[in-house]
Amino acid sequence: MRTIQQKNDPTLQIKPEVAETTSIWQHRHILDLDDFTLEEIELVFHTTQAMKEVLSRPIKRVPALRGKTLITLFYEPSTRTRLSFELAAKNLGADAVNLSASVSSVAKGESLVDTLGTLQALGADIVVMRHPQSGAPYIVTKYIEASIVNAGDGWHAHPTQALLDLYTIHKHKGSLKGLKAVIIGDIMHSRVSRSNIWGLTTMGAEVTLCCPPTLLPAGLGGQHHHLPSVSIEPNIELALDGADVVMALRLQLERQQSGLLPSIREYIQLYQLTEARLARAKPDALVLHPGPVNEGIEISSAVVHGPQSVINEQVTNGVAVRMALLYILAGSQKQ
Amino acid sequence: MSRKIIMTQDDIRRTLARIAHEIMERNKVIERLILVGMHTRGVPLAKRLAANIEDFARLKIPVGALDISFYRDDLSSLDLQPVVKGTDIPADIDGKSIVLVDDVLYTGRSIRAAMDALIDLGRPQLIQLAVLIDRGHRELPIRADYAGKNIPSSRHEEIQVKLKETDGIDEVAIISMPVAKEGQ
Amino acid sequence: MMKPLLIQGGRIIDPSQGIDEVGSLLVTEGKISWLGKGEATPPQPDYDVLHAPGLIVCPGFVDLHCHLRQPGFEEKETIATGTRAAARGGFTTICCMPNTNPPLDNQTAVEYVKSKASSEGVVRVLPIGCISKGRKGEELAEMGELASAGVIAFSDDGEPALNSHIMRQALDYSRAFDLPIIDHCEDKALTEGRQMNEGIISTKLGLRGIPNAAEDIIVARDLALAQLTGGRLHIAHTTTEGSVDLIRRAKERGIKVTAEVTPHHLTLTEERVIGYNTNAKVNPPLRTERDIQALIQGLNDNTIDIIATDHAPHTEADKLCEFDLAPFGISGFETALGSLMSLVHDGQLTLVALITKLTYEPAKIIGNRYGGLGTLAIGASADVALFDPALEWVVDTKAFASKGKNTPLAGERLKGKVMATISQGKLVYKDESITVKER
Repeated sequence: MRTIQQKNDPTLQIKPEVAETTSIWQHRHILDLDDFTLEEIELVFHTTQAMKEVLSRPIKRVPALRGKTLITLFYEPSTRTRLSFELAAKNLGADAVNLSASVSSVAKGESLVDTLGTLQALGADIVVMRHPQSGAPYIVTKYIEASIVNAGDGWHAHPTQALLDLYTIHKHKGSLKGLKAVIIGDIMHSRVSRSNIWGLTTMGAEVTLCCPPTLLPAGLGGQHHHLPSVSIEPNIELALDGADVVMALRLQLERQQSGLLPSIREYIQLYQLTEARLARAKPDALVLHPGPVNEGIEISSAVVHGPQSVINEQVTNGVAVRMALLYILAGSQKQ
Repeated sequence: MSRKIIMTQDDIRRTLARIAHEIMERNKVIERLILVGMHTRGVPLAKRLAANIEDFARLKIPVGALDISFYRDDLSSLDLQPVVKGTDIPADIDGKSIVLVDDVLYTGRSIRAAMDALIDLGRPQLIQLAVLIDRGHRELPIRADYAGKNIPSSRHEEIQVKLKETDGIDEVAIISMPVAKEGQ
Repeated sequence: MMKPLLIQGGRIIDPSQGIDEVGSLLVTEGKISWLGKGEATPPQPDYDVLHAPGLIVCPGFVDLHCHLRQPGFEEKETIATGTRAAARGGFTTICCMPNTNPPLDNQTAVEYVKSKASSEGVVRVLPIGCISKGRKGEELAEMGELASAGVIAFSDDGEPALNSHIMRQALDYSRAFDLPIIDHCEDKALTEGRQMNEGIISTKLGLRGIPNAAEDIIVARDLALAQLTGGRLHIAHTTTEGSVDLIRRAKERGIKVTAEVTPHHLTLTEERVIGYNTNAKVNPPLRTERDIQALIQGLNDNTIDIIATDHAPHTEADKLCEFDLAPFGISGFETALGSLMSLVHDGQLTLVALITKLTYEPAKIIGNRYGGLGTLAIGASADVALFDPALEWVVDTKAFASKGKNTPLAGERLKGKVMATISQGKLVYKDESITVKER
């Protein structure tokens, strides 16, 4: 006999007084998180809750996007994010197709403009794309009628990752207002960190960036400080004091070659998130990581598999959040 | 534009009491009954019906809430974003007698979506429909098993249902929109 | 034989003669033959009249820095299209950079440009020769040969003259010809793979940034070398607060340096890149409001001598791609005056100062080898620009004469428009509202 999952989770209660329709959502595409309002992010959370209910059913499927075509266009290899989107699409009844993008053509310096004609001819409703050049999805929006979802462009943005990170935090902590969030790692090259910085500050959290000064991008600290709720603390112990949320970023091993770090060994000594360092954060602090994790480099194995880690939940929430986003986007494509 | 009240608080109370009785008459095995209200106002109506049944039959009937957002066929033509409410049915629906509850029955498309949603959740033995108002103009072969009031209406009229739980007051009104004259 | 042309009733502003009043100007056989104030008319009876009331009448603009792309990159621009674009912008003398293919590092190449200009161009084109052979920065080009071929300066523009030894030699050697060395100041070790100004905008957009220091460093080095050698240094397209500071102090110490700034660096900030607008991608990059204020201050206290366009046309296909892949450059001739007038309307620069920086001062740097330029003196070549300082117009790149439609000002409303241009006595551009009638 099948049963429907007991609803003990308070975030799954439905509030009947919420309005029938809303004009909150203003995006035809999801390219970056820096122009999302707090209300829009809350709408995503709210819709994600409903999607989690769908995912709790034996048949994890609703026909909301029936008849829509979603095309994934990944110029950088990524199995996990791409699958997450494909599953999200299929759970909503849409057709998901992967257009094989040539990773080598990017290496040769060929522009993606050549692919645009094919995309348009395929009649996609939604295109999910990942590309190594910052700003690449913006060109696509000018030439295709579909809605574009940015699954990561260069250093610039990864809005769906940030939204699932924010949702994961929200599920444990409720409101993000006033929370202390610490981001540790290679912020300069991390699109996940940028999107999270905009998202966290919009939700009212206080963000601390912890990294070697050579990996801190311009305008975020020092004499040219531009963002009020973002502070810089290069010392990891001080940065973690009283933190509610700790996000560790992947360190790419090429950073040593480009002269930005003297050695990986030194990075580990100064910046690895260990149990001892994590103990300086609040006892119920969450540990997040966008993946894939370099265990033993930016984060110790003990922390990855420890009780405060919500890294696996991030992945699970990823499908629900992406379902919510696809649903909201499809609803904002007017005839 | 003119507004006329067609059901008062008392009218609503009496009508719901009558519908509750009808439901009990037609569903001899009350233990199999689940009332499922359709968001938004169908939910408090379902709760009231359950309370009425509980008063008479001394049996607590499960009440659920159904969100049909994911089953609509008009997603792209809406002016605004639909806000999903979430589906919450606190019991297994296999083999049960479901009574769908909504405030107004009009084209029938919402009910069609609701049936699709229920069937994705399980295999009920039967599904019946209870509405407070049936205003006609069906576009699909759907009918109410229990109707509070039949209000023939024109397409220029709007039936406005207000309930204490959602709007602070119990009343049903009919609002006439001005008709655009030819050539204007 | 062309009939003389009277430009009547405009406000004549000629900084070279200190003139600023309403009057009329007569052009005869390619030269300025008469200038009269107020209602005065010339003694001879026979001429055509171009009515210019409400217009400013000034010497044709002199641009010390532009890219005409011919030979080698004719799809982006030719001397024919480039000079017509210049004419629409009020420019009557333009100096073209030698980063062509083949580069202008020898007499033949220079003569090719001059001959194309004379047969197909509509305004005066003065070539700039390379500093180094092939622009490679390794060996000095044959400056003597280039000087006699008629170049007015030397530059490897597009690239900085990074080899300090070569730069020193260039500044030294060029003294024999009294010609300036124009340097594009950029420390390439700091700018490798970089796309726009370094700052909060580049961080938000996820683009590699070009820090101010990259320019300041080479400006400082060049000033030291200019002091060492006594050679003539000209700093191309200054964009930073730091550069302005360094040049100001160098001038105070008597170092022979002149400097230029572009219209876009005076009026546009890095925010124009937002949305990944490749038409705002330029090297050196658009900077911040703070830098702009320093540049305007520099213009006003003569730290910066001239305004030059750095007109850099590219094809639409060139710029239609990912930001990283797009070439640097803004097509500037046809929007220069309109965008610069915003500084006059804001009260940050006077009209006379603007015209001085576009005419008298660049002519001073070029010197006399092509006669008196940037002036309406009697007997000078009749190079005249007429513009309406208050006319509002919308930038329509489809109407550009330049093949380069790459400007961030596309679709913008500007206030101030060139209405007619006379180059060496010929009317080479006129707006359709301008009429020339018999007397």
